[in-house]
Amino acid sequence: MTAADRGDAAEAVETEADEAAATEAVDAEPEAAAPPKRDLAQLWVCGFLAVLGVLVIVDASRLGGFSASNDPIGPKPIPIILGVLLFAVAAFYALNVLRGGHGEDGGSGANEKFDLKTVGLLCAVFIANALLIDWLGWVISGSLLFWGAAIVLGSRRYFLTLAAAVVLGLATFYGFAIGLGLGLPAGVLQGIL
Amino acid sequence: MDNLNSLLDGFAAILTPGNLLIALLGVTIGTAVGMLPGLGTAMAIALLLPITYGMEPTQAFIMFGGIFYGGMYGGSTTAILLNTPGQSSSVVTVLEGFKMARNGRGGQALATAAIGSFVAGTIATIALVFVTPITVQFAIGLGAPEYFAIMVLALVATASVLGSSRIRGFASLLAGLVIGTIGIDAVTGQQRLTYGVPELASGIDIVIVAVGAFAVGEALWTAARRKNGKDEIIPVGRVWMGRSDWRRSWGPWLRGSALGFPFGAVPAGGAEVPTFLSYVTERRLSKHKQEFGNGAIEGVAGPEAANNASAAGTLVPMLALGLPCNATAAVMLAAFQTYGIQPGPLLFEKESALVWTLIAGLFVGNAMLLVLNMPLIPVWVKLLRIPKPYLFAGILFFATMGAYATSGQSFELFVLLALGLIGLAMRRFGIPMLPMIVGVILGPMAERQARMALQLSGGEPSGLVGGPVAWTVYGIIALIALWPLVSLARRRLTRDRAGDREAVAA
Repeated sequence: MTAADRGDAAEAVETEADEAAATEAVDAEPEAAAPPKRDLAQLWVCGFLAVLGVLVIVDASRLGGFSASNDPIGPKPIPIILGVLLFAVAAFYALNVLRGGHGEDGGSGANEKFDLKTVGLLCAVFIANALLIDWLGWVISGSLLFWGAAIVLGSRRYFLTLAAAVVLGLATFYGFAIGLGLGLPAGVLQGIL
Repeated sequence: MDNLNSLLDGFAAILTPGNLLIALLGVTIGTAVGMLPGLGTAMAIALLLPITYGMEPTQAFIMFGGIFYGGMYGGSTTAILLNTPGQSSSVVTVLEGFKMARNGRGGQALATAAIGSFVAGTIATIALVFVTPITVQFAIGLGAPEYFAIMVLALVATASVLGSSRIRGFASLLAGLVIGTIGIDAVTGQQRLTYGVPELASGIDIVIVAVGAFAVGEALWTAARRKNGKDEIIPVGRVWMGRSDWRRSWGPWLRGSALGFPFGAVPAGGAEVPTFLSYVTERRLSKHKQEFGNGAIEGVAGPEAANNASAAGTLVPMLALGLPCNATAAVMLAAFQTYGIQPGPLLFEKESALVWTLIAGLFVGNAMLLVLNMPLIPVWVKLLRIPKPYLFAGILFFATMGAYATSGQSFELFVLLALGLIGLAMRRFGIPMLPMIVGVILGPMAERQARMALQLSGGEPSGLVGGPVAWTVYGIIALIALWPLVSLARRRLTRDRAGDREAVAA
């Protein structure tokens, strides 16, 4: 499952939705005095749920359907039920969105600027840590994670942050890995720490 | 009287220097995470869970109990001084509390919140001591079909009663149920939803789900809104209460406790509904109605008592039935499971010492919180000055550490990020998080009960229905499920009438 597939599915839902929206909008207009702006980005969620439903049902259909005396229904029915419910919820969700529905806090993010660049950079820092942790060890990769995340989130004191990061990395390694037996890797520093 | 004796044993067990220190650590962490907006007790316990693997279960639970109660105290401070609820259960406190702080009565607001929390916590923990064994008596007679029905009720209720939008609640619940299904099927050993990824065979740990959705999701959410807005903290003077404050507070405290406990104890009751009910009640009963909206002390005292009482209430179904009714209880349930302990009716027999020490720990933690909070609130407020970049970098750091430590594989970190992105999307689109967390933990349990029930009946579907208890529970589920249809029909009816009238007028 790639992000592109997911995007396609969501787009498919969106085009369907747009057609439906044209008719829906006419009915919806006189209802509310000040109709809230529809947050159509929510249709991505419906697309995600529908794709999830496909994944669940495809996987379930692959399962052996035989039943044993000690387990009359087997592992299959629950995923099938979940898949069907996912489709149903995705459909009703889309309907709700098209009628101007929104989540808690009025879909608090809808009107605010969404800073995708910072989110992307933060994810990159996170992934770098995930890739490096086994090789470099927790002290180095964890320090880089803290430093990188703080910088991405707006800290401008590069050296102070780096010092704090190294202290945290060392403290957690000695405290938790050596002290409490938590499984953190030493990596390239094996034998030095 | 057995219970009281066991409780005394629990007190004896907790009153050792080591355990008291752990309780103190718990309430301190709890207060801190309760205060910081965006952090919650569920996140704190999930983050700490991997770290406590090396501890005795009793000590870990003393700490978790302290965090749970501490979080409820801390939430009020942020609500009063920052106009932002530190926890969802403090949303109502903001209404009057922030106004009081603006009028220079922040100290009184904080005092009535802290003392009210103590009073409510004590009353509700005493209620817990008496109600839980009765619930256990009732639960011991239940079989697999009844358990299945109760679990379905908890799932449906969590998804549909809480939050403003049912459809979003169900979307969240289904996502949780799907995550819970991933991995090797416990009965037949077949892999489900792993798509050939070997690391997924053991399933996705609830700790990863909770830490990913709460901690990583919150960090990403902060990143997404980095340039939006800044918080202003109102300075606080001395924390004390005058005589008239006491006179106006004790009634709301007691009524708040009475409202909070039962709501906490039923599935999906939660802390939000009773705090709101308490606010409305106090507003109606108050002799100072004109002050409501401008900083009435009753509007802080009642809701703060209610949210603490409901925290204790949620422990009743968690301990007696193994049913988590809020996110913190769900993570605590996961913690029990990691220690190989199955909460439920047998818990009080098998792990009697652990349970009663936990309950004694709640009393002790509650008392510590009062002592810790009254004089030290100005010190706590300094916590709110930690720059956000450091705070969230630190959260990511500890989240990563805990997630890696659950299995020692960097694969967990990718799962953690994926769940963090889901958490980010849920915040952006206003989808409630609780149904997902409860779904992850209760889904597999409900499936196991259903299959056990069918196994006992030899595959007859009637085996799922069972006795009168199950029937009653299904009745309640039907009522919850059908309620929107009723109100929809009503709305349609009135709208049609209005339409007719318009047509006539035209």
